Amino acid sequence: VTVTMGAAQTRSEHSYQDLSDKTGFSLEQITNLHKRFKQLSGDSETIRNLNSIPDLTDNPIKNQIINAFFDKRNQRNGEVGTYREIGFEEFLMVMSHFRPTSRKTSEEEKKAIRKEKLRFLFNMHDSDSDGTITLEEYRKVVEELLSKSGNIDLEVAKAIADAAMLEVASTNMPDMAPDYFYEGITFEHFEQILSGLEMESRMHIRFLDVDTNTMRCDRK
Amino acid sequence: RDSLFPSSAAHSPPAGYPSILLLNSSPPTNTSRLVLCPPRRKCSIPGPSDHETNHTALTNGTAHQKKAFPVLDLNYEHVHAPFEISLWVLLASLMKLGFHLIPRLNNIVPEKKVPPVMNADVFFLCLLPPIILDAGYFLPIRPFIENIGTILMFAVIGTLWNTFFIGGLLFAVCQINPGYTMDLGLLPCLLFATIISAVDPVAVLAVFEEIHINELLHILVFGESLLNDAVTVVLYHLFEEYAGAGTVTVLDGFLGIICFLVVALGGVLVGAIYGILAAFTSRFTSHMRVIEPLFVFVYSYMAYLSAEMFHLSGIMALIACGAVMKPYVEANISHKSHTTVKYFLKMWSSVSETLIFIFLGVATVDGTHHSWNWIFVTATVILCLIARVIGVIGLTYLMNKVRIVKLTTKDQFIIAYGGLRGAIAFSLGFLLNEEHFPQKKMFLTAIITVVFFTVFVQGMTIKPLVELLAVKKKQEAKRTINEEIHTQFLDHLLTGIEDICGHYGHHHWKDKLNRFNKKYLKRYLIAGTRCEEPQLLSFFHKMEMKHAIEQVEKGGGSNVPSALPSTVSMQNIQPKKPTVEPERMLPKLPKGKEDEIRNILRTNLQKTRLRLHSYNRHTLVADPFEEGISDIILRKRVIQKQKSLNTHINNYLTVPAAPPDTPVMSRARLASDPQARGAKYNADNVPTFQVDLASPQSPDSVTLLNELKKVEDQGLMMKAPSSKSMEGERDQQKLTRCLSDPGPSADEDEDEPFLK
Repeated sequence: VTVTMGAAQTRSEHSYQDLSDKTGFSLEQITNLHKRFKQLSGDSETIRNLNSIPDLTDNPIKNQIINAFFDKRNQRNGEVGTYREIGFEEFLMVMSHFRPTSRKTSEEEKKAIRKEKLRFLFNMHDSDSDGTITLEEYRKVVEELLSKSGNIDLEVAKAIADAAMLEVASTNMPDMAPDYFYEGITFEHFEQILSGLEMESRMHIRFLDVDTNTMRCDRK
Repeated sequence: RDSLFPSSAAHSPPAGYPSILLLNSSPPTNTSRLVLCPPRRKCSIPGPSDHETNHTALTNGTAHQKKAFPVLDLNYEHVHAPFEISLWVLLASLMKLGFHLIPRLNNIVPEKKVPPVMNADVFFLCLLPPIILDAGYFLPIRPFIENIGTILMFAVIGTLWNTFFIGGLLFAVCQINPGYTMDLGLLPCLLFATIISAVDPVAVLAVFEEIHINELLHILVFGESLLNDAVTVVLYHLFEEYAGAGTVTVLDGFLGIICFLVVALGGVLVGAIYGILAAFTSRFTSHMRVIEPLFVFVYSYMAYLSAEMFHLSGIMALIACGAVMKPYVEANISHKSHTTVKYFLKMWSSVSETLIFIFLGVATVDGTHHSWNWIFVTATVILCLIARVIGVIGLTYLMNKVRIVKLTTKDQFIIAYGGLRGAIAFSLGFLLNEEHFPQKKMFLTAIITVVFFTVFVQGMTIKPLVELLAVKKKQEAKRTINEEIHTQFLDHLLTGIEDICGHYGHHHWKDKLNRFNKKYLKRYLIAGTRCEEPQLLSFFHKMEMKHAIEQVEKGGGSNVPSALPSTVSMQNIQPKKPTVEPERMLPKLPKGKEDEIRNILRTNLQKTRLRLHSYNRHTLVADPFEEGISDIILRKRVIQKQKSLNTHINNYLTVPAAPPDTPVMSRARLASDPQARGAKYNADNVPTFQVDLASPQSPDSVTLLNELKKVEDQGLMMKAPSSKSMEGERDQQKLTRCLSDPGPSADEDEDEPFLK
């Protein structure tokens, strides 16, 4: 979305409308997020990295989160791979995964939303994009999760990941033959194992309609 | 709830009915009677005055007739009060048993021996605290905090709305019908409305426990019933004070608001302080495990009493105390203490609840309290219902604008229908001063009617209604480790996204609180190294512990335990190592040696178990029973590793299955004591040794060590590649460092809410 200063108003409104249709955000929310985007990108058109946000440093899964923004799979266009830089549209698409459900969504819509959110999580775990979460990848996930919690023994992290994997396998394929090798968690199994968490009502944040950026001191 | 001490001026129990707490006997004679009552003296039943004369006769030393030596004697007065209390408790419990065996309903007709009258102090000081503490200690914190806005709205605004609506309209009704009803001023009406409008936690608990409704609705109604206590306290005192004066000015209203804040926040603060104290105390109880539950109970009760002393909200203090102390105390106390706390709380609250309802029943049947007035009573009941419905609908409409998970119409119906009144209302009514409120009897009648209506009619019909409306029920499934991992993952993810978005939302503050908790609070309040353990880890270890306990109870197999019966094992998910072609990694043992090893290991394991027969209170610290558990866990881990090796190796390195234990032995081994465990391992005199794959053993069975050395000296090549044995040892040490207490029983969730 390239916007020149001159025709800024009408062009941006028009493209905001496009984005609103694509992502489901309201126009006010898009305006706010655009302001934020500009802050993060240093007023340029694209963001190359998100490492400079100070609050993220304490987050154990910081890298996964940042990678999720640059992951093409989250853009809902069927491509695979990573971007080197993202524009506002990509930023917004990723954010749209965290929109809350409204009161009026029907059951099927809720199911679809849940699937989409679970897909986002799945993509975060499946770092090599092969469609399954292997044991190694899951181990990495658990390690990262525990990484900021003091000295954690790798063995324990491994044991946790192993137990979790075992659980997935047991739930989904209880009659596995003893020499069958369960390669990895597929998306269906992933959905199944997390069906109890009701992702559509948990995985969301509140996107504000009011612009709070001006109320705080700048992050630059 | 006016005063701590029974004050005869405030209320007078009806003449002729001895109240259950018989505090009438004058102390001096009692004590002297207890000290010296020579066996020759025949103590007869009637009245204390008799004893006095007997005693004076005795002390005077005047000659008395020598009676026959009383072989069998009856002294009922002596045990009168505790005897009756115990009898009632027993009766209550038997009735509770009976209801379960005979699911008939509810006309509580008590034994009319000595009908007890509910003394309001008994209620507020003895019967109510256990129920509230039980609820507070097992309060599911997460949903509570997530919905705190809605809960507060319902509790504060909802109760205020109820009060003024009911009070105002009742006053209007009284004005319209001056002939029928007594002359009621506005303030007494409002006072009455205050008493009747608060949703009652006891009743809500009693009813909602049966219907297993989903967590959100439960926490909304229950949270409301707990938090509206502050509002009730303030309004009650306000109206009671000024009902005598006759008018309430704006200043009084303003002071009332300030008072409300003080009462609510003060109560929470008092509770939190006691909670922190309890947590801090529990840090040092590792040497005296037996009294740990006592600290939990006494600190909480003190919190309640302290709050009541200052006219703060005792209920909120109790809830705050329980909720604050729980995470730290749970980390510090032993498994047995945890079980004790849990079951004592459940027991006391169960008995209390039954007693309360019995007393209510008696009070209903007892005619001297009542003054039936059709208009007033029916108006009250109808107004209560209408007020509740309108209040819930209005507030939900407001809250749904701000909530993310909206409340549907079904939800609203259940919330409105679940607004039950209970014994608190009755006791508050009972406490009214009859001089100031001549209509007290009418009030009491109306209160009882409302209570009975809500509890019985609404309470009984709510279950079929829930079925009919297909309201979502409580999820009974156990928490799986995947869910736990992803809950944590989601927390961090959402915090991260919020940070990227740039606004400080819900998750950001929660994260900050967690970090504050970890950095400062946990360090001081949790003993040992447990303070650094992340939640995922403790969850995982609890799960392992549960599996291990299950294994022990099943009789000690050597299978990999899994939550579900399936044929999946570690083998299926471990990536296959590239086989170095079918050459054996270890040389095969001659058959004789194999049997020998098996026998040695078996006998020594048995010896270890047989030694651990008896224990007494004072040696709980060095509780060796947990050895068995860690044995199992270690064995399980070890066997997992074994199975991943070549199957040939499995054949002769498997430890023979332990002989099935008697239930006594397996139960005896269920203790776990992380502190002692850690302490033991830090001691320098523990013999260190290589843990071989095939010989998990407890560290202080020195005989076993010697045996093993002997076996090793015979050139037994049982050493797997050295990395594996190192892992085994590290495993064991890790076990001690990270071993955490499991939940109280193998099939219950740690985060299980107070719904049974």
